[in-house]
Amino acid sequence: MATTEIAVHGSARDAERKPIVNDFSIQVATANGSGSQSANSILLRTIFQMGVPVSGKNLFPSNIAGLPTWYTIRASKQGYIARKKEIDFVVAMNAETAKEDVLALAPGAAVLYDEPLKLNELRDDLTFYAVPYDKLTAAVCPEAKLRKLVKNMIYVGVMAQLLGLEMVEVEKALRKQFAKKVKAADLNWNAAKAGYDYAVASLTKADPFTIERMDKTAGMIIIDGNSAAAMGCMFAGVTVVTWYPITPSSSLVETLIDYMKAYRVGPDGKATFAIVQAEDELAAIGMVLGAGWAGARAMTATAGPGISLMAEFAGLGYYVEIPGVIWDVQRVGPSTGLPTRTSQGDIEFVAKLSHGDTFHPMLLPCSVAECFSMANEAFNLAEQLQTPVFVMSDLDLGMNNWMSEPFEYPKDPINRGKVLTKEDLDRLGGFSRYKDVDGDGVGYRTLPGTDHPSAAWFARGSGHNEKSQYSERPDDYQNNLDRLLHKFDNARNVVPKPDLVRNDGNDVGIIAYGTSHHALVETLDQLQNEHGVKADYLRLRAYPFAREIHEFIAAHKRVYIVDQNRDGQMFQLLKLDIPVEEIIKLRSVRHYNGLPLDARTVTDEIVFQESK
Amino acid sequence: MSSTATATPQPKTNRIGLTVLDYRGGKTTLCAGCGHNAISERIIDAFYDMGIGPERVVKMSGIGCSSKSPAYFMSRSHSFNSVHGRMPSVTTGAVLANSRVIALGVSGDGDTASIGIGQFVHLMRRNLPLIYIIEDNGVYGLTKGQFSATADLGSKLKTGVINDLPPIDTCALAISLGATFVGRSFSGDKRQLHTMLKAALAHRGTVLIDVVSPCVTFNDHEGSTKSYKFMKDHEEPLHDLNFVPAFDEIDVEYDEGTTVNVTMHDGSSLRLRKLEEDYDPTDKIAAVKRLMESDAADEVLTGILYLNTQAPNFIEMLNMTDEPLATLPESVTRPSRKVLEECMEELR
Repeated sequence: MATTEIAVHGSARDAERKPIVNDFSIQVATANGSGSQSANSILLRTIFQMGVPVSGKNLFPSNIAGLPTWYTIRASKQGYIARKKEIDFVVAMNAETAKEDVLALAPGAAVLYDEPLKLNELRDDLTFYAVPYDKLTAAVCPEAKLRKLVKNMIYVGVMAQLLGLEMVEVEKALRKQFAKKVKAADLNWNAAKAGYDYAVASLTKADPFTIERMDKTAGMIIIDGNSAAAMGCMFAGVTVVTWYPITPSSSLVETLIDYMKAYRVGPDGKATFAIVQAEDELAAIGMVLGAGWAGARAMTATAGPGISLMAEFAGLGYYVEIPGVIWDVQRVGPSTGLPTRTSQGDIEFVAKLSHGDTFHPMLLPCSVAECFSMANEAFNLAEQLQTPVFVMSDLDLGMNNWMSEPFEYPKDPINRGKVLTKEDLDRLGGFSRYKDVDGDGVGYRTLPGTDHPSAAWFARGSGHNEKSQYSERPDDYQNNLDRLLHKFDNARNVVPKPDLVRNDGNDVGIIAYGTSHHALVETLDQLQNEHGVKADYLRLRAYPFAREIHEFIAAHKRVYIVDQNRDGQMFQLLKLDIPVEEIIKLRSVRHYNGLPLDARTVTDEIVFQESK
Repeated sequence: MSSTATATPQPKTNRIGLTVLDYRGGKTTLCAGCGHNAISERIIDAFYDMGIGPERVVKMSGIGCSSKSPAYFMSRSHSFNSVHGRMPSVTTGAVLANSRVIALGVSGDGDTASIGIGQFVHLMRRNLPLIYIIEDNGVYGLTKGQFSATADLGSKLKTGVINDLPPIDTCALAISLGATFVGRSFSGDKRQLHTMLKAALAHRGTVLIDVVSPCVTFNDHEGSTKSYKFMKDHEEPLHDLNFVPAFDEIDVEYDEGTTVNVTMHDGSSLRLRKLEEDYDPTDKIAAVKRLMESDAADEVLTGILYLNTQAPNFIEMLNMTDEPLATLPESVTRPSRKVLEECMEELR
C-alpha cells in the first residue's frame, strides 16, 4: 500500500541481533469503522505514559465504514514526531490490504496478523506473529455483536507483550480512554489481558523492536490541533462562532461547543457566546462579518471548498475592514478530491482571496501549542488591523494527536482595536471611519448601537471615501487602495515573527511552515549526519512576511522553500515579496501525495538539488 | 399683521423628542417615481411614529436598487450594504453580536428570490428578530431590466420577452418555513404599508413583508404584472389594518365581530378589520391556501397574511446573556488560569 516504502534497515538477521529501542514505527491496518481508533489511541498513550516521545497519524478514507484505514505510531527517543516513511511493525487486521501491506515492508520488519490470513507464507525475511483473534475474542466477549470492537483490544495486549509495554500503563490508558464507561473499560481490559497472556504463552519474541521507559514526556499533554484551536478560541474570548460541517475542520467547532458549554456559561445558565451551524460557508462567513462589524469576536472554521465559497465575502471583509477569524484546516483539492488527506494547498488562494486587489494576513501554526496560542493572536490581529485573519492549519495538525508541552495562559490581553465609544464621540464630536489618523492605515470604527448621533457609518464595498460615503471619484478609490496596502505592509511589523530555528551562517537556508516543521527538524539532522550538509532553518509563522524573512534570504546563498503542495505556493508568494535579484536563490521543495510530510522526502530532495 | 416678533413654531417631535428630520437619509439616486422611494418614506414615518431612536437601528441590505435605498433614510443608523443575496447572513451575525439592535433588512426580488434564495429560506427558518422588506418589482433594475424569480408567469418585459417560468411566492415560502409575521403590501398603499411597518416594529421575530414596488423604468408598462396600473386593478386587501402602540394611552373601541385583535410582543395592539369572511391570520395552512387561491384568481392579496406571536425567536433559543456579546468584558469572555489548568490535566 502506498503509505509504506522500502526501509533502510539491514537484513532480517542483523535486526535480530541488535535491539532497536524507542525508535521505530508501527502501522495498524484496519477497516474504517471497526473501532480501531480506541485501540490505537491506547497504544499511543501507553508509549507516551512510559516517557517515550511518540506521535500518531490516522490515514483514513472518506468513508463511514468498510474501506481500509491505517494508523501509524512512531516512537522516537530523539523526539522526532513527523511521520516516518518506513514502517517497522505492521499489525495487519484488514484482510483486504494485508498482502499488499506485507509485501511493501523492508526486510527485518515484523508483522502481527490474524491467523487465518496465513501472511507468513508471503515472505521469509520478516518476523511473523499469528494471533487467533476470533478464538481469543469469543472467550472474553460473550456478546457477539461487540466482538468486532473488542477484537482490536487483543492486538493491544499482544503488542504490549511483544514491545515490552507495561500493562499497568496500558490499563491506565485504557481506563482514560473509556472514561466513565466502566463496563466497556472492563470488557476491553479483559481483551487486552487475553492478548497479553496469549503472547506470553504462544509467541516468541524474534524482532528487535522494544519500548523502554524514558522520562521525556513528563507533564506533557496529548491533543489534536483542532481541539487545541478550539480551546485557544475559547480563551481568546470568541463570542460568535458560525460554521458549516466539513472535513477536516468539523471537529474544531464540535470541540469548541463542548468547551464553551463547560466554561462559558454563566451562573445564571446564560451563554456568553452564540454558535450557529449555517446553511453553507457563504452564510457562515457572512455571519462572521455581520458579527465582527457589530463588535463580536467572530470566527468560522472550514477547509478548501468552504474557502472557495467565502471568496466574495473575504474581499468585502477586506474592503469594509471588518475583523474576523477564519480557520482553514487544509486538505487536498475540490469535490471528492481526497477530503481526508492533508496538504498546504490553500496558501496562495487565501493570500489573495476575492476579486479586486486583496491581501489577507495568514497565521501558520506548526503545532498544537501554536493552534492554541495563535487563536488569541488571530483575534487580536483581526481587531487591531480590522480585517479578516486566516489561520492556516491542516488535516495532519488538526485531526491527529500530538504530544505537547502544556499550553500557556494567553500573555496578551484581549485587544479590541480602535473602537470609539459614545464618550469618545462626545469628546471628539465626530469621526471619519477610514481616515488614517495614526499613520498605520487603520481607521477608527464605532459599533452599531452606539448611542450617539454621530456614531453611524455606512459599511459598503470598495467605493467609498474616508467618511464611508459612497464615492466613485478616482482619487477616493485610489487613496483607499493605497491606504489598505499601507495597512497590509505595516502588518509585517505586527504579525507573529518567524522562528529562526537555526541561523549559524551556513550557505544553505531552509524555509518551511506549518506541519512541515516536524519533518524539517529531523531533516536538519539527516542532512548533517548523513550528508555533512549544515543548513540553517527559518520557520514562517505568518504572512505578510516580516523583515527577518527577507534578511534570512539575503544572508544565504541557496534557500529551499518547503511546501506541501504541487505548485510551491509559499515559494511563489516569497518570490513576489523579495527583491528581484534575490529570487534566483530560491529553490522549491514540494510534497503533494496527501500524506503528512516526512523528513526523508525533504532530505533526499535537498541533497539532490544540492548536487546539481 | 402684528408688528411683534412671533415665536418660531416648535417643530413637531415624537415621544423621544426627535423630529422627522432626524430620521432623514441622503438624497435618493433612484428614478423619480420609483416605488422604493415611497417605501423609504413609509419606513421613516413608522420609525418616527414608534419613537425608535435611529441609533438603535441597523439597516442591512444586499445588492440592487432596493439595497441602495438604506442610504436614503435614517442616516443616524449604522448601515451595511453587503453582497448580492447575502443580507440575511450578515444581519444574523450582527443581531447575534448585539441582540439589542433593531434590524431592518431591505432587499429586492432578485437579491432575495434569485441569488439569495438559499440564505432567505434559512433565515426564515430561524425566526431571527428582523424586519425583512422585499422591494419587489420583478426585474433587475441596475442591470437594465432582466426578469427575477418573482416575475409572474406570462409577464412581459419591455423588450417583448415573456416570462415562462412560475414565480417564487416569497410570502408562501416564508409562512411555510417559520417566519412569524408575513405580509404583502404595495408601495402605493401608503396607509396599509405604514400600519404594517409599525406593527412589524412591535414584533420580536422574523417579519417578512413583500412590497410590490413598481420599477418605473423597466417594468411599469402594459403587460407587466408589477406595474402601478396592474396593482391598482388587482390588489386585494385581506383586511383593514389599525395599529395601537403600547405607549398610546388612548384606546379605540372595536367590534369583536368584525375585527381581530392581536396583542404584539411589546404590548401594542394590531387590529385587523375583516374585509372577507373568516380570515384567521394565525392559521398557517389557511394562509398558504388563500395565497394559492388569489394567485389562481390573478389577484395580488395584500395585508398581514400570517402572524404568530407565540413561537420563540432565534435569540431566545440561543439563551444568551442579556448584555450584547459585542461588549462583554474580558473577565467574562476569557476563562481563568484555573480553567486552563483543568483542561491541561484532562489531557495528561
